[in-house]
Amino acid sequence: MKVITANRAIAEAVKLSKPKVVPVYPITPQTTISEYLATFVANGDLPAEYIRVESEHSAISAAVGASGTGVRVFTATSSQGLALMHEILFAAAGLRNPIVMGNANRALSAPLSIWNDQQDSISQRDTGWMQFFAESAQEALDLVLQAYKISENENVLLPSMVCVDGYYLTHTVEPVDIPTQEEVDEFLPPYRPKHAYLDPKDPMSLGTFTDPNYYMEARYDMEVAMEGAKNIIRTVNKEFEEKFGRKYDLVENYMCDDAEIILVAMGSICGTIKAVIDNMRKEGHKIGLLRVIAFRPFPKEDIYSTVKNADRIAVLDKNISFGIGGVLFNEIKAKMDVDARGFILGLGGRDVSNDDIRNIIKITKESTESDKINWIGLKEEEV
Amino acid sequence: MTAVGATVKEPGSSVKNKTGSWRTFKPVLDKDKCIDCENCFLFCPEGCITKENEIDYDYCKGCGICAEECPVKAIKMERG
Amino acid sequence: MEIPEQEFLAAGHRGCAGCGATIGARLALKMLGENTVAVSATGCLEVITTPYPETSWKVPWIHVAFENSAAVASGVERALKSQGKDDVNVVVFAGDGGTADIGLQSLSGAMERGHRIIYICYDNEAYMNTGVQRSGATPYGASTTTSPHGKESFGEDKPKKNIPMIMAAHGVPYVATASISYPEDFMKKVKKAAEMEGPAYIHLHQPCTTGWGYDPSKTIEMGRLAVDTGAWILYEIVDGEFKVTYRPLQRKPVNEYLNAQKRFKHLADEEKEKIQNYVNQVCAELKI
Repeated sequence: MKVITANRAIAEAVKLSKPKVVPVYPITPQTTISEYLATFVANGDLPAEYIRVESEHSAISAAVGASGTGVRVFTATSSQGLALMHEILFAAAGLRNPIVMGNANRALSAPLSIWNDQQDSISQRDTGWMQFFAESAQEALDLVLQAYKISENENVLLPSMVCVDGYYLTHTVEPVDIPTQEEVDEFLPPYRPKHAYLDPKDPMSLGTFTDPNYYMEARYDMEVAMEGAKNIIRTVNKEFEEKFGRKYDLVENYMCDDAEIILVAMGSICGTIKAVIDNMRKEGHKIGLLRVIAFRPFPKEDIYSTVKNADRIAVLDKNISFGIGGVLFNEIKAKMDVDARGFILGLGGRDVSNDDIRNIIKITKESTESDKINWIGLKEEEV
Repeated sequence: MTAVGATVKEPGSSVKNKTGSWRTFKPVLDKDKCIDCENCFLFCPEGCITKENEIDYDYCKGCGICAEECPVKAIKMERG
Repeated sequence: MEIPEQEFLAAGHRGCAGCGATIGARLALKMLGENTVAVSATGCLEVITTPYPETSWKVPWIHVAFENSAAVASGVERALKSQGKDDVNVVVFAGDGGTADIGLQSLSGAMERGHRIIYICYDNEAYMNTGVQRSGATPYGASTTTSPHGKESFGEDKPKKNIPMIMAAHGVPYVATASISYPEDFMKKVKKAAEMEGPAYIHLHQPCTTGWGYDPSKTIEMGRLAVDTGAWILYEIVDGEFKVTYRPLQRKPVNEYLNAQKRFKHLADEEKEKIQNYVNQVCAELKI
């Protein structure tokens, strides 16, 4: 057990996963990941090629080139960096590169903010990357190890993003159990791709030009892979639990079975919500939390089966799609028949308190406007 | 079905596409005049002239570079 | 110089009749051989050689995007190194747009980091793949679809960006200019580039029948005219040492080059004279 930040936990997981190439560009609040990895390489603890690229765009581009040769690759970024990568995120997924990337969730400019929300990764939802949201440093480590195994599964072959909330996780220390190399080696076999690699002994062309006769099938295959990934994730979660004793799933059900009100949220905020639920349960309120761990693939079945018996649900979004509201809220509304209320909160690092959570529960119970976008923690006097 | 990632595993498979059909004029070599300078082999955009000065009409698009670059005018462009 | 017969770029590609880009790629690959991985930027060469489910490439090849071929090559090179495949050549083929404009940052980063890559810019002096829009490498006076000549315009009003010298300023071990019309000179440079321990940059001048407006049979002739008039100069810089590799016996008037192409047809004598003066100045400095 070590007391470390989520950034350190991610770096430890990367070391244990033994990627061959790590192209990375520092950005707040991801920076310490790139620093830890540089130190591991400098000290000979991680036998990888560390590429000191000149931008995030080149970080992901070099990652795609390296992954194309058939080796395991890691990169990490945040916010503006992820947005700069946007075009190449599509390419990585389309080329079916099982790259794993750490993303320190941070708000997007303008106005400039270095603090946390989840707008950055949420805005990449259509790129073909899987997205896993950690609640703790331990989960950050565990999700990186599992992400490689899921991404590299030959029925998936899609890249993964492991998302950790900026500062709340990236810079906060927690006790983390770091598995041994032997254990990880048994869990995560070496990456040996069959679908594509750059080898002069077996020449192939990657990233070809498709006319309208071929493009749609390539995109359809990605959708099949993304949907199919749900079962692969469940299998890998089980294998992980057997090996390391920690249980994962696409979603976490926290006291939902008898809950009248269920909150739906992602990432570190769930710690706060759980604390509030524990207190309110003692007061006799039947409240539950459905924590979405896998945002892509979208676990609509798991969400629905957990929330369907609740009177009403509250969906908490640290992002906004202007003109329609929180993305998670709208996706849930689109995919299932539930009585839901949507909340925007925590943008640009705005603190979310226990009282805010209680207020959300109150509004959810009382509100008759299902379409209203409820802003929590907004300084009303300043808008 | 489109291959995973639209990868093409058959190197050089564009030979299936016979671009000779694009041609209006074709280069015809007078081997008696040829001095084996290799200009036609070097400068062919299709790579369809061998070092032995054999022209593969399956692919020749009839651009006429070989005729133009032949120092002894051994290649003439003819219809077909 | 013995030139290998084996072709690594197959026929059947969709290049225009008289395409200069494929000549450049063919000749370069002959020198690099089968132990090579090629990276293409988006552009003519990429599109015409890989119409799925076909490919013209007989060596491993990857394309990711327009602006990042040098970064992709950086990843390929390090990944090969991590597998002990240090002997594999990593070559980039990117056009002038993918090099001088949108790809310059990625290229600069790769050059500065010292990757063992051979970056070949095939320069046809505009965005030919999308229908002849100007790039930073479009020469003064050329009419393109985005720098058209008209009542108020004589075409491109800025001189060509000097990418090889920008590359030289990175202090890389090898920088060269070349022309598809001087194949031995070009191929020698490719071979030299492949022997370098660090990055090598070759700027290959490559006439384009469609974009420049001349008969397809004149592709080689046009490149030769560029060199023989001094409008394009063949040189190399090895570890900082500059050397002109070809000097025309007698420099031809630049008008012979300009008047042979539709893109310069509109130019008044005044502009042509400006171009001649500029060429004279550069050639005087280099004693050409």
